[in-house]
Amino acid sequence: MVITKLDDLLNWARLTSLFPMGFGLACCAIEMMGAYASGYDLDRFGIIPRASPRQSDVMIVAGTVTFKMADRVRRLYEQMPEPRYVISMGSCSNCGGPYWEHGYHVVKGVDRIIPVDVYVPGCPPRPEALIGGFLQLQEIIRKETIRAPRAVQQIMAKRAAQGQPVADADKTAATAQHT
Amino acid sequence: MPTKLPQQPSIHNPAFSYLKFSSVLFEELRDFILAGFGAEVILAEKPDNLQPYLLLQTVLLPEVCLALHDNERTYFDYLSCITGIDNGPEAGTMEVAYTLYSIPYNHHLTLKVQVPRNTAGQPMPEIMTVSHIWRTADWHEREVFDMFGIHFTNHPDMRRILCATDWEGHPLRKDYQLQDYYHGIKVPFDQHNEFNGFRGEAQQLTSIPTPFSDKREKPEVE
Repeated sequence: MVITKLDDLLNWARLTSLFPMGFGLACCAIEMMGAYASGYDLDRFGIIPRASPRQSDVMIVAGTVTFKMADRVRRLYEQMPEPRYVISMGSCSNCGGPYWEHGYHVVKGVDRIIPVDVYVPGCPPRPEALIGGFLQLQEIIRKETIRAPRAVQQIMAKRAAQGQPVADADKTAATAQHT
Repeated sequence: MPTKLPQQPSIHNPAFSYLKFSSVLFEELRDFILAGFGAEVILAEKPDNLQPYLLLQTVLLPEVCLALHDNERTYFDYLSCITGIDNGPEAGTMEVAYTLYSIPYNHHLTLKVQVPRNTAGQPMPEIMTVSHIWRTADWHEREVFDMFGIHFTNHPDMRRILCATDWEGHPLRKDYQLQDYYHGIKVPFDQHNEFNGFRGEAQQLTSIPTPFSDKREKPEVE
């Protein structure tokens, strides 16, 4: 009972103050900036871009991820503290977009580098679509619980998959899948 | 009132006399090069193009360029573009086109050089740099080097300009093959992208299945 209330409080605090990392890669970043600015005003959702990955909760991969940039994107993701979320914005970062077949320089989807929570389709997506992506992410966060923190679950599931000994492995695998 | 139809750019159309002017001047420029360097410097010419060009002897390119740049009658003070062309493995040649422009005289000239094409294991074809004549050529030659694998000798800083430093191959060559992996990331897109996606952490965030959620849960396929 107490934990449920604490969950609600923590989730409410997290989902109403999602700080995205202030970076953009291509034209999707223009739409992202449009969503931040006064017309769509993401501030009213508590979404304020931060200048450092160490202070951010969300990474919006807005634009074409080239192989040259892939290492930097992965490094930035690794610098973010848990709990962290990734929104893949636009066709390029979802699946390679127009460069999907003949583009030698584009990573065919940012999910080849980092795990993605929400995919926002579009080329580029309108600011409304990005806001829709954030609302979807809020729904994901609303369902979380501190009894099964996602970061720990992921590490346990990874270890179990590699055959390493894990304390109550069968239970972990079951809760990791939210079955 | 009859509407005016848009005119096609052609050297025979009087409205585009500047093209004709440049095509007349092309003969003068060719004669200027012939007078300075002898008949053997020009291997071929194509004067009837919309953009007429001269095919020069590769080793004499920097000297001809310097003369065209410095002489007060030609004064090509602006290098518009350097373009690499791969004619393919069958032809076995590669070309580089230099598009010159003179701002005070408003005239153009295109020079080309041709080099033999190398295959895997052979040294790159070499062309002398013109970056000491036009600073523009510095980055343009680096781009040609990056995309086509043509080495420019005496260039001050012959590195890749666009692709990553440890990239394999030169992407705009006709026989370019993508590498399979770059820093552990699968490069080509194939029919079933979900088999190649991120597979580190099995997770399902919501109970609602998404078309993408199984991408990370597929077993490793070799």
